[in-house]
Amino acid sequence: MKLDAKIPPGPLENKWTYYKGHCKLVNPANKRKLEIIVVGTGLAGASAAATLGELGYRVKAFCFQDSPRRAHSIAAQGGINAAKNYQNDGDSVFRLFYDTIKGGDYRSREANVYRLAEVSVNIIDQCVAQGVPFAREYGGLLNNRSFGGTQVKRTFYAAGQTGQQLLLGAYQALERQVALGNVIMYPRHEMLELVLIDGKARGIICRNLINGKLERYFGHAVLLCTGGYSNVFYLSTNAMGSNVTAIWKAHKKGAFFGNPSFTQIHPTCIPVSGEYQSKLTLMSESLRNDGRIWVPKIKGDKRHPNDIPEEERDYYLERRYPAFGNLVPRDVASRAAKERCDAGYGVGTTGQAVYLDFRYNLINKYGRAEASRRGIKDPDEETLVQLGKEVVKEEYGNLFDMYEKITGENPYEVPMRIYPAVHYTMGGLWVDYELMTTVPGLYALGEANFSDHGANRLGASALMQGLADGYFIIPYTIGNYLADEISTKPIHIDHPSFEEAERAVTERIEKLLDVKGTQTVESFHKRLGKIMWDKCGMSRNEAGLKSAIEEIRSLRKEFWSDVRIPGSANEFNPELDKAGRVADFLELGELMCIDALHRNESCGGHFREEFQTPDGEALRDDANYSYVAAWEYKGESQWELHKEPLIFEEVQPSQRSYK
Amino acid sequence: MEHYVMNLTLKVWRQKNTNDKGRFETYHVKNISSEMSFLEMFDVLNEQLIQEGKDPIAFDHDCREGICGMCSMVINGRPHGPWHRNTTCQLHMRAFRDGDVIVVEPFRANAFPVIKDLVVDRSAFDRIIQAGGYISVNTGSAVDANAIPVEKDKADAAFAAAACIGCGACVAACKNSSAMLFVSAKVAHLGLLPQGQPERKTRVLNMVAQMDKEGFGACTNTGACEAVCPKGISIDYIARLNRDYMMAALSSPE
Ligand code: SF4
Ligand code: FES
Repeated sequence: MKLDAKIPPGPLENKWTYYKGHCKLVNPANKRKLEIIVVGTGLAGASAAATLGELGYRVKAFCFQDSPRRAHSIAAQGGINAAKNYQNDGDSVFRLFYDTIKGGDYRSREANVYRLAEVSVNIIDQCVAQGVPFAREYGGLLNNRSFGGTQVKRTFYAAGQTGQQLLLGAYQALERQVALGNVIMYPRHEMLELVLIDGKARGIICRNLINGKLERYFGHAVLLCTGGYSNVFYLSTNAMGSNVTAIWKAHKKGAFFGNPSFTQIHPTCIPVSGEYQSKLTLMSESLRNDGRIWVPKIKGDKRHPNDIPEEERDYYLERRYPAFGNLVPRDVASRAAKERCDAGYGVGTTGQAVYLDFRYNLINKYGRAEASRRGIKDPDEETLVQLGKEVVKEEYGNLFDMYEKITGENPYEVPMRIYPAVHYTMGGLWVDYELMTTVPGLYALGEANFSDHGANRLGASALMQGLADGYFIIPYTIGNYLADEISTKPIHIDHPSFEEAERAVTERIEKLLDVKGTQTVESFHKRLGKIMWDKCGMSRNEAGLKSAIEEIRSLRKEFWSDVRIPGSANEFNPELDKAGRVADFLELGELMCIDALHRNESCGGHFREEFQTPDGEALRDDANYSYVAAWEYKGESQWELHKEPLIFEEVQPSQRSYK
Repeated sequence: MEHYVMNLTLKVWRQKNTNDKGRFETYHVKNISSEMSFLEMFDVLNEQLIQEGKDPIAFDHDCREGICGMCSMVINGRPHGPWHRNTTCQLHMRAFRDGDVIVVEPFRANAFPVIKDLVVDRSAFDRIIQAGGYISVNTGSAVDANAIPVEKDKADAAFAAAACIGCGACVAACKNSSAMLFVSAKVAHLGLLPQGQPERKTRVLNMVAQMDKEGFGACTNTGACEAVCPKGISIDYIARLNRDYMMAALSSPE
């Protein structure tokens, strides 16, 4: 099978316009005859379901949480990018496109990224119209902040709760369509199988998580908007329930998996505190705007951070990357933190942490600005600190509170301790320009697809992509497919393909429950996470990956022969839900290692120790690896690699420099 | 921060399903670190129960960072536990001491039936939003985002109201099981913004009507909701809702 990305003809900046002008349309009367399944209700899913409902399609939306408003997009903190150039600081669609391609270390598709930058401006308009309360300036206009990997201020935000506010906007739009009868919402439902009929996606099998019953749903098309799979690492910033199951089932039914090993390790998370740790918490990248990252210059310095004088601090990002300083992209910042800690300069009880310090900007940036706004002449340092605190509270109050609740330390007084943690997966189902996977009628949106971020995602771009896919892209591209489906009558769920898919799910659940072993699901998940973090995490090497593959295989065997799941299939049973997800992670982990092993280069978040420049930066190999790795499932532990070559017409790949 | 370990006694509400009567069961957990979160302590207990061949305790949770609104426990009589402006998932064990007895129950209200143990059904909140908790704007029809300036203090106030996570602690804390704080937060969020004006009247009327239909009680201004709200939603919004409601009811054609 040859991968066809279906990129429209013409110059980059005209491709999307060309597409919209030439794609097939479905007339309003026919839309009412077409049913669409949307799995997941985060930014991508909720915005897609709402918009498709508005257009007149009959939509069924599913989420495993008790309400669509709880999807993990809610936890995104810092902001959303858009090329509005409201700050007049030189931003443009091209620049956002360029920053994203470069930030992704030249491993993403130009046409998709350009389109993303193009529709970014519409997203902000749409959200403001819905009542999303973005931060504003005194003049009443929208405010912006800057994020890593860019030199302009293009990030729109709502304190440290931007994801929450955007998701509530999309959720409300979705609930409005529910009220109008255009969308039927199925909360506490988990998709456990994809139904194919004549090679096309035609439905799903779900487990009703309240009573455990399996249910069948038909759709003319199926959209997977189920987010990322960072929880394969056990510890990540993702919500506890975030999982790979929906896209993994689709993968096993023929959807290729793109760049599975491309994982984002976020530099600023609260460090692990003990064995019992169940998840990690992010401290928004926007804090790097105002915080300076440092470690002591003396190895193993045990002094209280406030007692370490200025000249004995190593602001290593500012030292290594003078042009971008604390605002280098995430992969660069994470590796630099690891480098310092591995070299023995880390802080805190474990030595696996660095400081993120706000004092300088409390005084010099916020304090001084506030003092002059209030007409305070010659303020002393303490006044400046006080004034600065008030402003910082408004900008990041919830994050500072969160930090204090977790650690018991007050970050206004003491620098935060932070360390990198798994946060996002750039990999996902391979999709073409229309967001369709290699299975006809099956689409993947948002983090669930591989499409826009290459080997490293820039901050504040996940929210942008989720909403771009859901509000502005899928409504066009799905029409191009469904226009040929208007004569397809809804297929009854008694169809043998539904029977068969349901039987497979039943058998798998029975098999899980029948193991009746001795070890808990959680314990397997933890062990898998440790293998992944140690050998397929922030840095990877051939020997480690090879042994990880073996270890995962034997762990999987052990799981299927010794896992203990309490309760039964026909009841509310969270342990059973979790067991199914961990079973899928145990397969995905292997593919991630295979992908990381095959890519003999370093790029973005994929850092192979064998491939680095003399000063420790990622060393790409464009001659051999300038492609998307799309893996086809061929049976247990068997995959075939397909390559989609990446062709750069607008930007010339070069070594990323943030110096 | 001083770290310590503790042994605790837990009295947890167990209820097989909605129709079961339910009862408290007592459990003991040992060597709990003061640095653990409350839910991590529950993880430890559940692992223990599974090992003993018993049914683990069902509880709702997802983000574990205080934003999704899914966690919902009444801890020693208080929704989300002893800390001010906090969710269950953000409560840490340093709030407790060695030897403490901790009583854990679900968020109780007629409109929140128990599904199992500590898990309740809060879909009534979604239906209240369906009744009008939105601005009717179809995708693609928006004007430029800066075309309508919004005064900063209004935008900030709208944001403060929009910070509600829809957890339902306000309902669980209220002796009347009123959902007024939740509803008023949404009415205020949208009603403070210029974009929310066209539907301001119908919104408040319809949302309140749905709230009543769901079986939430009346508000008697006890303030218990505000005291437990993890996001500090102010009861001033309830007063604001009442004003909006009066105005809308007076001018409505019915
Ligand atoms: S008002 Fe407060 S307590 Fe009530 S649902 Fe919202 S966040 Fe929870
Ligand atoms: S688990 Fe999300 S708010 Fe507590």
